[in-house]
Amino acid sequence: MMKPGTYFMEGNTACAEGAIAAGCTFFAGYPITPASEILERMAKRFPEFHGSYLQMEDELASITAILGASWAGRKAMTATSGPGFSLMMENYGLGLMTETPCVIVNVMRGGPSTGLPTKVAQGDVNQTRWGTHGDVGVVVYVPSSPQEMFDLTIKAFNTSEKYRLPVVVLSDEMVSHMTEKVDIPKKEDIEIVERKKPEEPPERSLPFCPDEDLVPPMANAGEGYSVHVTGLTHDEKGHPSIDEETQNKLVTRLIDKIRKNADDILEYEEYMVQDADIIVVAYGSVYRAAREAVEIARDKGIKAGLLRPITIWPFPEDRIYDLAKNGTDNFLVAEINFGQIVFEVERCTGGAANTYLAPRMGGNIHTPEEIVDRMEAIEEGKIPDFKE
Amino acid sequence: MMRMEIRFSGFGGQGVILMGHIFGEAAVKDGKDVTLTKSYGPEARGGACSTDMIISDKRVHYPQVRRPDLLISMSQSALDTYKSGLKEEGTLIIDTGLVETSRPDTMGLPATKIAEEEFGLKMVANIVMLGYFTAKTGLVDKGCMEDTIASSVPKGTEEKNIKAFQRGYEEGSDEK
Repeated sequence: MMKPGTYFMEGNTACAEGAIAAGCTFFAGYPITPASEILERMAKRFPEFHGSYLQMEDELASITAILGASWAGRKAMTATSGPGFSLMMENYGLGLMTETPCVIVNVMRGGPSTGLPTKVAQGDVNQTRWGTHGDVGVVVYVPSSPQEMFDLTIKAFNTSEKYRLPVVVLSDEMVSHMTEKVDIPKKEDIEIVERKKPEEPPERSLPFCPDEDLVPPMANAGEGYSVHVTGLTHDEKGHPSIDEETQNKLVTRLIDKIRKNADDILEYEEYMVQDADIIVVAYGSVYRAAREAVEIARDKGIKAGLLRPITIWPFPEDRIYDLAKNGTDNFLVAEINFGQIVFEVERCTGGAANTYLAPRMGGNIHTPEEIVDRMEAIEEGKIPDFKE
Repeated sequence: MMRMEIRFSGFGGQGVILMGHIFGEAAVKDGKDVTLTKSYGPEARGGACSTDMIISDKRVHYPQVRRPDLLISMSQSALDTYKSGLKEEGTLIIDTGLVETSRPDTMGLPATKIAEEEFGLKMVANIVMLGYFTAKTGLVDKGCMEDTIASSVPKGTEEKNIKAFQRGYEEGSDEK
C-alpha cells in the first residue's frame, strides 16, 4: 500500500488505494466513465506487487472473473457505472447466492441507459437493493468524499469477507472526480478482516453450513476441500436441492445474515437532530449540500437536522422510526432522482411524521439554497406531500 | 479566510488543471481544507477548460463553486466563457500577453511571454502564473508551493519550474 501520510487525491484514486490497502490483488473490469480512473490506477499499481489486473471484454465477464478469483482465495474487485452495473445484475445475484466475498464499485452517472456519462446522479440506489432477481440481503456503502472512498472501500472488503457476500461501494461522479485531502494511515492502524476458514477436516466439512453468525466458513479452491458452487438452491453440502424446504432454509439465512447482523453493519451520521422539527435525509455528494443547507436553515431559525446513511443498505430504519416518534414532524429526502430512498423513509416513519422529496435530475447536485427553499415551503405548509 | 472560491481557466493544453492541482496540494500541506472539482466532458479537449477550487480554514461541505472570488484566465476564450460567473467584487488575474479585458482592477502578467523568452519553454507559463498568483493572494505558504511544484513536475525539470515560479512570484510581489 501507499506510504502513510496526507495526500491530495481524487476520489477514484483513493478508492483504488483503499482496495489495495484492504488486500485486493485481483481486479477485472471494463472501462467506463466516470469509473475509469479506478481501473487506470489499478493497472498502474498492481504490477508493483504482482496483483492481477484483467481488462475484460465486458462487464458480464468482469463480475464473473472476480467471483472466480474470490473462490481461488483472492480479494477481488470490479468497478463500473450504471450501464455496466446493469449488465452485472445477473451475476451480482450469483455472488449473493454462492456467498462469494468481493467488492463492486458503481460510480453513478446520469441515466437511464447511457444517459449523462460525465455528470452526477443517484439513480441506481434501488437497483443495488432490488436489481437482481430473487430475494437478497445486500450491503451498500455510499461515500461522500475522497477520504471515504478510501475508508469505505476497505470497509466494503472487510464486510464482504466477514459476511461472505459481494458488497457494493456506491459512489457518484461528483465524489469520484473530486480531489481533496486523503489521510492514509499506517498499515498497522488499518483493520483488515479475512474470511473464516473451516476448522473441520475436508471429509467432515459442509461448505454451506453456517456458524452461529449465519455465515459459513469458506475454503478456497485448492485447499483440499470439496467445493461445489452453484446458483441453484443448494443444501449445506453445496449440492443442488430443488425443494421447498432447502429453498426456505437457504434464502431465509441469506436474508437473516444481513438483517440479524444489521447492528454490526449499519452506519449513519447525524447532525443536529436532537431538537429537529425537520430532518433532511441525504447521502453521497448531496449530503454535502444538505449539511450546508441545515446550517443555513438553523441561521434562519428553522429547527433543521440531518441524517446521512453511510450504509444505504442496510438502511437506518429503526433510527428514523425513533426520530419520527420522538418529535420530528417532517423528513425531507434530497436525492438526485425522482424518489427512491424517499419511499424507504416514508415506510420507516410508520406514519408518525410527514415525508417529502427534493428531487433532482442528473447533471448536478442540489444547491444548499434549493434544499433550504424546500424546507421553508414545508414549514409554511405549501407542499401537500412528496408527490408534489 | 472563511471560504474562498477560485476558478483556474485557460485553453486545453496550458496546464490549467495541473495548476489547480499543485495549488490545492500545497494548500493541503499548508493545513487548509481544499476541494477541487473539474468541469468534465467532451468539451474539455480544445477550447476553454477550467478547474474549480474551494479553499477554507474549516471543512468544506458544499463542493461546488457558486461564484468565484478569484478567476484566473490564461486565454481569451476562457475569460469570455467564465467572466460572467466572477463575483462583482471578485478579482480577475490574466495572462496579459494573451488576454484583453476592460474590467477595472484586473491584475496580471504576460506569463506565456515570460515563459518563452526567459525560460525558452512555453510549457512553464502555468507555473509562472502560479508564482504570481501565490504572491498576490498570500493564501498558501511559498515554501509549500515550491515543495509541491518540485514533486509534481516531470523529473529533471524541477529546477526550471522552481525558477519559473520564483519569477512569477517576484512579479506579484513587486507590483503595487
